[in-house]
Amino acid sequence: MEGSVVLVTGARKGIGRFLAEYYVRRGARVIGCSRSEPDWTLEHYRHFCVDVADEAGVRKMMAAIGKEFGRLDVLINNAGVASMNHVLLTPAATAERIFATNMQGVFLLCREAAKLMQRRRYGRIVNISTVAVPLRLEGEALYAASKSAVVTFTQILAREVAAFGITANVVAPTPIETDLIRHVPKEKIDAIVERLAIKRLGRFEDVANVIDFFIRPESDYITGQVITLGGVG
Amino acid sequence: MQTTTVKVNRNEVVNIILSALRDVLESQGVEELPTLDETTRLIGRSAALDSMGLVTLIVEVEQRLEANYDLVVVLADDRAMSQTRSPFLSVATLADYVMQLAVEQG
Repeated sequence: MEGSVVLVTGARKGIGRFLAEYYVRRGARVIGCSRSEPDWTLEHYRHFCVDVADEAGVRKMMAAIGKEFGRLDVLINNAGVASMNHVLLTPAATAERIFATNMQGVFLLCREAAKLMQRRRYGRIVNISTVAVPLRLEGEALYAASKSAVVTFTQILAREVAAFGITANVVAPTPIETDLIRHVPKEKIDAIVERLAIKRLGRFEDVANVIDFFIRPESDYITGQVITLGGVG
Repeated sequence: MQTTTVKVNRNEVVNIILSALRDVLESQGVEELPTLDETTRLIGRSAALDSMGLVTLIVEVEQRLEANYDLVVVLADDRAMSQTRSPFLSVATLADYVMQLAVEQG
């Protein structure tokens, strides 16, 4: 990772913050973004305040990265929002917000990152899905649908950018102790864990482990793949 | 020819497009480059590029505009993609479109 330039979206907290710190420790120059400023700082870390669903903002951030770092090796599209609700009680505005961040954001980041990556004919894109997709979790229809879209998008993107030396893959975590599931009742989480082959909550390290595999230079023959944690599939 | 008060000059834009086009064709292994000028077609039956070449060209031109002029534009925007007369028809139409975007950005 020494010298690599890694961009992590949604880096202010949770998995995003963990990944930013993790890749800094591994010698990468890490860039993160989120809608608001983080309440922490880190050496070899540069933060941009940008909403991933805002085209002009994403374009500007990527231009600044190109100018400042001259390259981008890895994009980890971690930014995501969730909302648990019965479909019949889900407001249209919630659906719009979920798709804007989870799908439109991933699309914009991938598009602009790939433009930068293709300069050096090298790039690694990792998008995040969820076990809610294969488990068809009730109460998460919109969230899971947006992540399902991310999977299909990534699989087609992988084919379109292969000629540029860029791979695109997906990691689908199980529930992890983050803000995303803070408001989910414990019995709901327990019920999900019961459906996993390995019956425990996920850890940040589990996600990083799969990302490490996807972004290794040696993984240049692995693209369009989904790795689901916890033995779900 | 379009005149503008912005820092972007049309002749330079044409040169940026031509040099990007040359580089893309060379990277695609084209050994004998055709004559490249403003009339060179970018899409259609007589196009100098295949579809992936056009994608690469557009990205290259965006990046060179950004590097040379600090002009941050998305060339394949909704307007470009919905125009009856595509701005990607030829080097000249692409240069005109770049100038239009540059003027709008001031």
